[in-house]
This record gives sequence, structure tokens and C-alpha cells, in this order.
Amino acid sequence: MTYLTKPKLHHPSLHKNKVGYTRRDYEGAVSTLCAGCGHDSISAAIIQAAWELDIEPHRVAKLSGIGCSSKTPTYFLGNSHGFNTVHGRMPSVLTGANLANRDLIYLGVSGDGDSASIGLGQFAHAMRRGVNMLYILENNGVYGLTKGQFSATADAGSKSKRGAVNTDTAIDTVSLALLMGATFVARSFSGDKQQLVPLIKAAIAHDGAAFIDVISPCVAFNNHPGSTKSYDYVREHNEAVNRLDFWPSREAITVDYQEGGVIEVPQHDGSILKLRKLEADYDPSNKINAITHIATAAAEGEFLTGLLYLDPNAEDLHAHFKTSAMPLNQLGVKELCPGSEMLDKINASLR
Amino acid sequence: MAKRIEAVNDFVVKFANVNGSGSASANELFAKSFLRMGIPVSPRNIFPSNIQGLPTWYEVRVTERGWLGRRGGVDLMVAMNPQTWDQDIAEVEPGGYVFYDDTRPLPASKFRPDVNVIGMPLTEICNTNYVDARERQLFKNIIYVGALAALLGIEPEVVAELIGEQYKGKEKLLMPNVKAFHMGFDYARERLKDALGLKVQRSEAVGDSIFIDGNAAAALGCVYGGATVCAWYPITPSSSLAEAFQRYCSRLRIDESGRNNYAIVQAEDELASIGMVIGAGWNGARAFTATSGPGVSLMTEFIGMAYFAEIPATIINVQRGGPSTGMPTRTQQSDVLACAYASHGDTKHVLLFPEDPKECFEFAAQALDLADRLQTPVFVMTDLDIGMNQRLCKPLEWDDARSYDRGKVMTRDELEAGKDFGRYLDVDGDGIPFRTLPGTHPKRGAYFTRGTTKDRYARYSEAGPDYVDNMRRLQKKFETAKSMVPKPLLDASARPARFGAIYYGSTSPAMHEALEALATTGISINALRVRAFPFQDEIADFVASHSKVFVIEQNRDAQLKTLLVNDAGINPANLISVLHYDGTPITARFITNEISQIVRTLNVRPIKKDKAA
Ligand SMILES: Cc1ncc(C[n+]2csc(CCOP(=O)(O)OP(=O)(O)O)c2C)c(N)n1
Ligand code: SF4
Ligand SMILES: [Mg+2]
Repeated sequence: MTYLTKPKLHHPSLHKNKVGYTRRDYEGAVSTLCAGCGHDSISAAIIQAAWELDIEPHRVAKLSGIGCSSKTPTYFLGNSHGFNTVHGRMPSVLTGANLANRDLIYLGVSGDGDSASIGLGQFAHAMRRGVNMLYILENNGVYGLTKGQFSATADAGSKSKRGAVNTDTAIDTVSLALLMGATFVARSFSGDKQQLVPLIKAAIAHDGAAFIDVISPCVAFNNHPGSTKSYDYVREHNEAVNRLDFWPSREAITVDYQEGGVIEVPQHDGSILKLRKLEADYDPSNKINAITHIATAAAEGEFLTGLLYLDPNAEDLHAHFKTSAMPLNQLGVKELCPGSEMLDKINASLR
Repeated sequence: MAKRIEAVNDFVVKFANVNGSGSASANELFAKSFLRMGIPVSPRNIFPSNIQGLPTWYEVRVTERGWLGRRGGVDLMVAMNPQTWDQDIAEVEPGGYVFYDDTRPLPASKFRPDVNVIGMPLTEICNTNYVDARERQLFKNIIYVGALAALLGIEPEVVAELIGEQYKGKEKLLMPNVKAFHMGFDYARERLKDALGLKVQRSEAVGDSIFIDGNAAAALGCVYGGATVCAWYPITPSSSLAEAFQRYCSRLRIDESGRNNYAIVQAEDELASIGMVIGAGWNGARAFTATSGPGVSLMTEFIGMAYFAEIPATIINVQRGGPSTGMPTRTQQSDVLACAYASHGDTKHVLLFPEDPKECFEFAAQALDLADRLQTPVFVMTDLDIGMNQRLCKPLEWDDARSYDRGKVMTRDELEAGKDFGRYLDVDGDGIPFRTLPGTHPKRGAYFTRGTTKDRYARYSEAGPDYVDNMRRLQKKFETAKSMVPKPLLDASARPARFGAIYYGSTSPAMHEALEALATTGISINALRVRAFPFQDEIADFVASHSKVFVIEQNRDAQLKTLLVNDAGINPANLISVLHYDGTPITARFITNEISQIVRTLNVRPIKKDKAA
């Protein structure tokens, strides 16, 4: 990691949004991630989305687990309360926080190690409970912070920097979120701001469990020939990858492409990521259809990106629980304590 | 003829049943009938970790004197389970009684010559009166309650009244139950005259006491104490606490629009349940979880984080026998150290030790205040013996003038006025910093909560001095806690005493009884009931003013003693452990025997009553 000061994530704009904030008001501390790390691009997208959405920054609670990805909440929304919880257990802390105050916006940030390995259980259960949140998984296929071990989203057959071959099947977090009952499911790429920003905005607006898996290249540990996402590997499977030298190896990648087209995106390590933009007439409200599409694309070695599933009738946990309209953390002794007279009655019933 | 135990209002009846046979409600009816006659009882469930078919026992100590600890020994065994026959017969005191179903009489060899046998053809009576198999089973229980009522002299009107309350609104069930009761009652009155030397007599000893299990009382404490979020994962013996909270909330916590002023999540595991409690606590709601040993083990990483990041969390640990899955349906006090120091690194947590359901109620409510005030996890260390058994205790009390202590939470106005906010800044010299809640102020007071090291303004810092500064402040905060947690209570001996005794939690009733028994043999002891950790100075002073102090515990490793030595700086040479840990509740007999023996070997002659021992 480098501690050098790096350029801001975007050109500061002094233009104010409807709630009177400039885009700079949505920024956080200077990132300490590796230069060019995909995670930083996601932070920039979050800043952009929050600004465009006219959210008051302090009305957002940002929570994360442990990992490079989970560090990022420090780097955006500096006027929001943040919580770096424990590894893999952000979903439960976010659930509790959400129960305490239904009026805030909850943003959970996690990594593939955090969500698909140690925290797989909590990830799944938060989805099935319908916690009203945006859950962003910054998926790089490795453990960045602990220096490059396989994560559970690493492809079977891929080779680590140290030469070990992964023989375990990869977990597809998008399919899992769908099966578990998430009501907004999307996948995107850290370099595709055009796609990611609107997805984040839509997810925040969603009233239920919204999940976005963002493929986010790790420049430090996914830059070797043995990786299934490496330049060499993809060249063997795809002829059309020779343009890679064009990309400076330590800069964030950006792509721009038409709906419905397949595009090959070079990653920092020289590997190719195939993104298929969904057809314009794709119906994201059909869950079975979504599952089929994801599986079909995966069989062809492609990642499907965009909004994959949306349940427009979603209900959140508070609706399930019939909790009071007033946030629970604002109720006082008057609302909560049944008083001594009632206690006398209870005593009498216990004789 | 065996000699007969003759006793009035002072004996032990034990029911040996088959789990799932419907005996539980009949047995409870039996226990309550004494209370309605003003006679204290102390019942205990003894059950296996199984749902159906295995043996289960229900022991009722009838005690005019109000000794609510387990006595040990059985005067009347209601032997309804052939599987456990031999062990049940063996447990009866010489001169005691066995009541059994003699539809098919057992040979003399199945009994003991020193035990009196009372047979009644329960199956035959049921088969004659009922056709349905389930009815035969269920009414058999009520019939034996009827017979026992006649044998003991329980007033039938009292039982009829209890049945009436139980089946209020279910009139179809009421009459058949009353009828079955009388069937048993009349049979025994006519045919089993004077078969039993144990009798009851109306008394005034119950007074205004209530009869409640510790888990229900703790749940009520959480309702009264203002808990709005409960996250839990089922585990014996704590599940009934969360379930009681649900039950009480559904009655007591509905707002005018019919919505709930609470949220209860049955989480996927204890990792999640404590995570939710911490998330809710961080965000300003009062939250608790109820669990037991294995759950605490899973929670420890989070507990350490809540300690270090300073987040309120209330954890009610209804202790059971450990280690590992251990004795899931038996009682122990064996999580003291695991909770006091839960998690890696230098961690310490506040523990409260309730003695009975009343204190379960009070300490649960107080724990919620302490957690907010101290911004840290607080454990209520109850156990199976208190939690899962109905216990007679003083009525629950609530002062309507009491408000919730939400601790140091900086408000929007204070932030707006420019008050300096350092999340980990010790502004008052008590080690307790201010916190802010998410969403409070647009520009001020936001900070990043983390389990990593930081400076006074919550900025990440690995600098040694920042770390040490923070750890020292946490230590100071723990010192501050001493003045806030319940004080130890002294039970001074009537005569000057050389010996002291320290005890805590569910040992209480057995200890009181033992102290009296010891005093009558000339062994005078001053007793101190420790009610919380961190330990106040009174505890060390108490030890210092006695030549030897017994520490009575329900675990093998003398965990409280270890804590006393480690944290209160007490010389271990002054402490003598009295340890009971077979999973049954500690008894006065055990304590009395142990202490008498030790006193004897210490060469004290406690013979002359007027001399201090
Ligand atoms: C209980 C526990 N085990 C292990 C670790 C060490 N650890 C920290 S981050 C991490 C993996 C992070 O991977 P990922 O979530 O993919 O984040 P990335 O750094 O790749 O963004 C591990 C194993 C920990 N912090 N806590
Ligand atoms: S190690 Fe990988 S994931 Fe971590 S900051 Fe560097 S590039 Fe990003
Ligand atoms: Mg990763």
C-alpha cells in the first residue's frame, strides 16, 4: 500500500445540489488504497450517486466488515457515521442499526472474502430478511488486505500469485442474493461509472434488500499469468485481446459501451473481463428469467452486468415486523415502560 | 413396617415422569396449590436434553420456613416412570414414601424395606373412565394430583380454583379436569387413609410473594428497562427469556396505531444476534440478547469489539453446565471467567449476579442503563436454576419517577453550539467519553467507529502513546463502573465470627439455609453476597477482616475466587473454595457439610454455642 497523497477522486465541483451540498461535501478522507485499486472507483461512484440523489450526507450510516474494500467507507461521505465492524459480520450490525432507526439510509460495503467466505451466512440471512439497505460487494476474487489468498469468488482453476491452483467452485454472489430473497440485485464493474452510478441511485431508492456485486480489480494481487482473469489466460481463450498495452497498468479502468453488446475490458493485470450489457428489453422483474440469464452467461464465461432483478413490490424488515413509524431509538420511557400499576397487575397474576 | 417420616409443611415430593406425557402442567398445579394455602414451595424441573420419551423429574420442596434452595433427598417419590424406577427408589429417604401405579403390582423386591409403599391403580381407573388414549394419559396426571391432595390434606377448593384459572375461557376442558381431580381425590380419601405421614396446614408464610421464573422476570425487566431490540438464537436454558419478551411485548408494547414499539429477531446464530445488538446499541436503541455458554463463546469477537469501540450491549447469560455442549439442561455458574474477560486482548466486562427472579428483573433493567452509561457490554449472569424454575420471590417493583439513563450522548444542539466532540475524549475524568448517534448533525459529530486503535478524536492511530492513552482511559472507566454496579450485601452473623463466606447468584437460598444450620452447630459466619464485577473495595475489606473466607461457587475451577485474586488483589491464602458442580443446584446440606468439615480440620472446636467459631 502507498501512503502518498493521491489526486482526488474527481474534479471538485462547487455546484450545489437541491439540499445545498457540493459534491465535495460527499467526499471522505484521502484513500490509502493502492493507486488504481477498483475499490476507489466505487467510492467515487457512491459520492456521485449520493450527490446526485440529493441525500443529506449525515442521514447515511455506512457500515463495513474488514478488508481493503471495507476500509473504503472512510473515503466517502465524511459527514456520515461509519462503522468498520468485524470481518464478515457487517450484515448483522447493519440489521441492528437499521432496526434502531428506520429513518436513515443504510449502506453496507463488503469484500468477496468478507461476504462470500467468513460472512456467507450473514450475507444470505440479511438478504432473506429484507433489511432496507444497499449492500455493495467489491468483488476482486482475492483477499486484498491479507495479501492475495484465494477468495470464495475466485474461479476454479485460477492460479494464485504464489502458484497455488484453486480447485474450489466459485460462489456467485449475485445468484445467491437472488435465491436468498434480495429484492434488488445488480452486477456492475468498478470502471463503468455510467452503469454503476445509476444502479447505486436506484438501489438506494429501493425499499428492501438491494445488492450490487461490483467487479473491482485488485492491482496488487491479481496481476499474474496464473489467474483466470489474467492477460495470458484470457488470450488463450479469446483472440481479441491484443489492445491491452494501451492501458496504463496503474490507472483506473473505464469502459463505455452500448446496451446489448459484449465488450472485453482489460484489467490492470492484463486480463480480460467480458461484460454483457443487458438487452434494453430485459425484464428485471422476472426472477426465474434472471437466474437463467445469469447461468447462461456464466456458462459462456461472461459476466452479466446491469440491473438483474427488481421486485417492485418489495417490503422491508420493518414492514414485516410492524414496527412503529417513530424510530425505535427515539422512543422514551413514556412509550416503552408499562409503569408500576401494570406491574402490580402482573404481580397479582403471579400469585 | 418401615418407620414413617412425619412432617408438616416441610418435605420434598419428587415426580418421576416421562417427558412429553403431559405431566408438567399437572405437577405445576400441584406446586401452586401449596402457595394458595400460604405455604412456600420451591419447585425444580430436572429434565434431559430431549423432547419426548426420556425421563424428566419435577421436585417440589414444601417449606414453611421459606428455604427455597434445593434440599436434597426425597420424602415422597411419585414414581410414574418404570425406566428410572431403581434410581428413583434409591433416592427416597429412609422412612419415606413411594406412590406408584399398582394396576399391575410390583413384587416386594422392587422396593426397599425402609420405604413405605402407596399403590393406586391409576391405569385401571383411567381405562374404566376414558376411551381415548390421549385422555387416558392426560387425566392420569390430574388423577394422581387429586390423590396426593387427599393424602397430604391439600384443600380441594384450592385446586378447583387453580384449574378454573388455567382453563378460563376453555370451559370444555375445565369440567373434565375438575372431575378427574375429584376421581383421584375421592379414591385416596376412601382407600388410602393415613397412608402418608406428610401433611400440609394452611399458613401465612407466602405473604404477598409472587411465583415466577427468572427468565420471565428478566424479560419483564427488559420491557420495563426500555429494550426495543432483542436479537437471539435459541439455546437452553435461555430461550424462554426471549420468548417471554416476545409475549410481554405483544401485550405491553403496542402503540395507538397498533404498531410495535419493539423488534425481535431470531437470528441465524449468536454471531449475528450479538452483531444486531451492537448495531442497535451503536445507533441508540436499547438492545439485548439472551444466551448461554456456547453462544457466549461464539460472541466473544464481537464482545471485544464492543468493549474497545465502546458500544452498549446487554447480554443475559443463563448459564448451564459446560464446557462445550456440556450439560445443556443442568445448572452451573461456570461462565464467570469466560464473560469477565470475554475476547482477545486486554478486555474486562461488567457482570451482574442476580440471586432470584426479582433481581433478574431489576438487574436486566439496570444492565440496560449501565450499558448506555458505560458504553460497554454488560452481562447479567443468571443460570438455569433461577431462569427455568418458578421461584417464590418478593413482588416486582417499579418506581414511576425513574427515567432511563441514556448516558453521555451529545445532542444536535450541543454540537450546533460548538461543544468540542472527541469520541474517545475523557471530558469528565471518569473515563467515559461522549458519543453521538448517527444522523444527529449535518456537519458535526460524525466519526468512524472501528475495532482498531485510534486517538481521542476517533482517528485511526497506531501510535503507541495514543493506544496506551486509550487503554488507560478504558481502565479508568472500569474503575468508575464500581460505583455504579450493585453493591455486595452483608449478612452479618448474630455472634462474632472469625469466618467469612462469599457467594453469589443462585447459591443464595441454599446459603441462607446453610448459614442458619451452621450457626446452630456453633459455626458463626459473616456472609457477603457479591452482586457485580468489577468488585468494590468492600469486598477486599471483608476478606481482610476475617481469618478465612469461604467462597461458595457452582463450578469446578473456583472462577469467582480467581477473579477476586486477580482483580481485587485478594491473597488466595485467605480464601477457601467450596465447590459444587455436578449440575444439580447446590444444597444447604452440601454447604453445611463442606464447611463443617473444613472448620473441623482447621482445628476449631465449634461446640460451645456461646463461643465464636
Ligand atoms: C476473524 C478474522 N479472521 C481473519 C481476519 C484477517 N482478514 C482481514 S481482511 C481479510 C480478507 C479480506 O478480503 P476481502 O473481503 O475480499 O477484501 P479485499 O481486501 O479483497 O477488498 C482477512 C482474511 C480478520 N480480520 N478477522
Ligand atoms: S491490495 Fe488490492 S484490493 Fe487492496 S488496495 Fe491494493 S489493489 Fe486494492
Ligand atoms: Mg477481495
